[in-house]
Amino acid sequence: MHAETKPTDHKAAALAAFKDLQREPGVTKPDPILVVDNVVRRFGGLTAVDVKHVEIQRGSITALIGPNGAGKTTFFNQLTGFDTADAGEWTFNGSRMNGVAAHKVARSGMVRTFQLTKALSKLTVIENMRLGAQNQKGESFFRALLPSSWRAQEDEITARADELLARFKLDAKREDFAGSLSGGQRKLLEMARALMVRPELVMLDEPMAGVNPALTQSLLGHVKDLREQGMTVLFVEHDMDMVRDISDWVIVMAQGTVIAEGPPDTIMSDARVIDAYLGAHHDAPLSEEELEEQLQEAEAALEAEVEEEAGK
Amino acid sequence: MDWFNIMVTTVEAAVGVETVFYMLAAIGINLHFGYTGLLNFGQAAFLGVAAYGLAVTVVTIGLPFWVGIGIGLASVILLALLLGIPTLRLRADYLAIVTIAAAEIVRLIFRSVTFKDYFGGSDGRYGFSEGFFAMNPFSKGEYGIGPFTFNERVTWVLLIGWILVGLSCLVIYMLMKSPWGRVLKAIREDEEAVRALGKNVFSYKMQSLILGGLIGSFGGYIYALGYASVQPDAFSTELTFYAYTIVILGGAARVFGPVVGSMIFWVLLVFIGNLLNELIEAQYITWMSVNQIGAFRFMLVGLGLVLLLVFRPQGIFGDKREIALDAR
Amino acid sequence: MRRAVIAFTAFLGGLIFLLASPASAGPADCQGVKGTLKLQGQPVNGAKIVVTTEDGKPVKEVASNAQGTWDVQVDKPGKYKVTLDVSSLPQTAEVRGGNNVRTPTVYKDNCSTVLFALVPKAGGEQTPGAPAPTDTSDSSFWTRAAQLTFEGFNLGLIIALAAMGLSLIFGTTKLTNFAHGELVTFGALIAYLFNVGFGLGVIPSAIIAVLVGGAFGYLQDRFFWGQLRRRGTGVIAMMIISIGVAMFLRFLFLFLHGGDSEPYTEFNAQAGITVGPITAAPKNFIMMAIELAVLVIVGIALLKTRTGKAARAVADNPALAASSGINVDRVIRVIWTAGGAIAALAGILLGLSQTVKFTMGQDILLLIFAGVTLGGLGTAFGALVGSLIVGLFIQLSTLWISPELKSVGALAVLIIVLLFRPQGILGRRERIG
Repeated sequence: MHAETKPTDHKAAALAAFKDLQREPGVTKPDPILVVDNVVRRFGGLTAVDVKHVEIQRGSITALIGPNGAGKTTFFNQLTGFDTADAGEWTFNGSRMNGVAAHKVARSGMVRTFQLTKALSKLTVIENMRLGAQNQKGESFFRALLPSSWRAQEDEITARADELLARFKLDAKREDFAGSLSGGQRKLLEMARALMVRPELVMLDEPMAGVNPALTQSLLGHVKDLREQGMTVLFVEHDMDMVRDISDWVIVMAQGTVIAEGPPDTIMSDARVIDAYLGAHHDAPLSEEELEEQLQEAEAALEAEVEEEAGK
Repeated sequence: MDWFNIMVTTVEAAVGVETVFYMLAAIGINLHFGYTGLLNFGQAAFLGVAAYGLAVTVVTIGLPFWVGIGIGLASVILLALLLGIPTLRLRADYLAIVTIAAAEIVRLIFRSVTFKDYFGGSDGRYGFSEGFFAMNPFSKGEYGIGPFTFNERVTWVLLIGWILVGLSCLVIYMLMKSPWGRVLKAIREDEEAVRALGKNVFSYKMQSLILGGLIGSFGGYIYALGYASVQPDAFSTELTFYAYTIVILGGAARVFGPVVGSMIFWVLLVFIGNLLNELIEAQYITWMSVNQIGAFRFMLVGLGLVLLLVFRPQGIFGDKREIALDAR
Repeated sequence: MRRAVIAFTAFLGGLIFLLASPASAGPADCQGVKGTLKLQGQPVNGAKIVVTTEDGKPVKEVASNAQGTWDVQVDKPGKYKVTLDVSSLPQTAEVRGGNNVRTPTVYKDNCSTVLFALVPKAGGEQTPGAPAPTDTSDSSFWTRAAQLTFEGFNLGLIIALAAMGLSLIFGTTKLTNFAHGELVTFGALIAYLFNVGFGLGVIPSAIIAVLVGGAFGYLQDRFFWGQLRRRGTGVIAMMIISIGVAMFLRFLFLFLHGGDSEPYTEFNAQAGITVGPITAAPKNFIMMAIELAVLVIVGIALLKTRTGKAARAVADNPALAASSGINVDRVIRVIWTAGGAIAALAGILLGLSQTVKFTMGQDILLLIFAGVTLGGLGTAFGALVGSLIVGLFIQLSTLWISPELKSVGALAVLIIVLLFRPQGILGRRERIG
């Protein structure tokens, strides 16, 4: 861990890496941790994902945005082995990951969370955390029957889990069933549990969906913290404020393909992005105000959709 | 009315052969269903394959008793692999349908005329238990307390049966206290979450299926030795469903749930059967005949299962916050 | 909820009085061999049975009585030889497979039942459930294949009738209903009650039974399953509850009806008619026509009527259907009612082609599941295709394997198909995310 490093160093490093990049889809990054080529996924006649080339810069916070049905979650599922791609290759830290089972993807350091939180509500908070640790001796059948062989490791894991719980302010809930937590607390727990895996790349699927506004700032802080500790973050989000606030780089998907990439402050003025969100072409360039207004409309529409999704 | 006889048979039912073999079947089901969330509706096949593995090895092939036990256990592991590999990656209800179909296939093959030379058709097999009773430390006589006695053969079978129950419970207890058990309970709730944390879910489900099948197979041996014979229809789907009733009655995902569940189940069943029998013989009940008692008892089992799940899905010992059945 | 369970129990209690028939008490002490000789459900009187010990010492000779039954008591348990004198049989009858000797084992204080399956000698009818008397000498492979295809269609259509209801109930409520087989038995037994108990003809009894079956489905949903859904009972809990319901109903049927296989009073012995390579009793052709007609009507109803379209919409996506103004509860109730009625019809037809027994629904349930799963869980038309495949496979497999193992083949195919195409033949691959 890089706890002693000053926060600004990582952010500055990430921004420096992106500084001179072309703002084109599929642009090459100086130090990519994840490289994706020609990933295709079809459902019947519908092509849900068709990504030609994408790279994710190590040590940065990258946002993956796009209108509903753009294939973001499906793309996540492909990359993490939860769904099988029809075609395509991708490498993580230089090793091939296509066709690799989900649990092996996680073990290699690429850990994801889910849009609908998967806190295990019938386990206690601390048991949820312990579950995340890797290479547990007591998880093999025969050693499980010999408590002396795993007790010491279990204590280490518990200590680390308690540290993380304290950081995420869940320590008071330690012995409660995860089912008794609020929606935001579950998101926090899921993120903390993912950290127990000791990931290099954390993939968050809509970390803000269904979170009480009071918890939003703390969640944002935790996401920034991940970068400060040397991890790479890739997240799917609908909340544009959050995207602007924390991401170093933004990738935009629409209809299954990557249509634009760029820094968060300028990406929203990219014509292709506006087209994708508004679903219409504009002959004349928009004024700043018009653009702002249309973006707000689009955001409102998106939020409504997110709420609908959450309400399901 | 012979209250004394009713009392003796009822008390004996609490520890008898039937109770013990159902107990072992149910401990296996509890691991599958209670802890892992696997819907194995073919537990009868696991018991049957083990019992026939023993019987066929000894009677048809003529090998010694211990080889028969070994072949039975190996067959159970093979069956678990055969059932698990195609279905454990699919949705839960597919395992249910495939296992119930497999159990029926196994039973039909055991009872078929085509394979009568191997499995003995609907009469089954007998005469394989001499190797077991040769080891009997009990000399001829009745053993027990007061009026509750068993002969030396039953006593020997029950001793081994209860040792197996004790060992199985100990293993389940140790496992469920360990990280291995934690993974299993997590899978029961949401296997995708567990996969996302780097655990090989398929492997754990398979381990659970095999271990639960093996514990169930002990029940198959206790049946085979307790009755000194095996018949195909003893391993019908009803056996599996009674085991489920026992698990839910005692409390799913509780180590001693199946033990207490099986004792209560058989005590109730035997008591009701005997009581009805006496009441009919004494002409207190005229609306049914002695022949209908069996059907009536099983009606009660079905009704009991429904009522349990509707009103007390956690059973006697279960923790409502923790069980797999969200019956509410 | 408590009220619902009480109501449901009371309804079933009412059935007890409706169905109650005097129970026949078997002989309390019995040690020997016994049996019943029937030709297509009709007792065979005066057939001679010779019982000897295993080494040929004569024990007793008896003849079957007017009910077709015979009974020989023996002093010692052991193996006995039972011979049916073929010359004493009616001209029209023969023993299936030609083997008229059985060697049962008699256990202490137990009566062994000895079966001699009698079949019409030539040109007789063949039933879908019973293996066809194979007359290999003068019929070629292809004639038999044609005959078995016909029988397979017949069986497949009966399975399809039951499977449609099961599949639609699964599609709309996610309930894997293990008690669906009991809806089949229920129909057959109600028809039996009116036919044999009250002396009505088979056809009016069948019509009444279909109506009662529909009412049974409606009441089950109204007072039981609907209430459970309202409480938010989980799907797995519901599945296990349905197992309890199945056990309760099945043994209730045993309690009321007894364990015997019984025929209806009409359409038992019909002279076979020959159409091309197929020989069958006229009732089989009529039954097939009824099955096809009902399936076509159900199919059209699903495609054309408002309720049918709504049913498919609900099966596809309940949340979306509810938000588009469909009354989901009403649709489910209609499906239960129709499902109960056509399952009852399946039971009556099954009872006509075989006999009525309390386990008939349980026996066919796995084949129904096989049909539904093969076709793709939750799709009504998939269930139809899957059931036909199961029926055809079962009958045609007897060309190569012993008829007693034909269900084994069908269930094995189910497992193999799930291996390669888990979504079934017509099912869609499930979409993630």
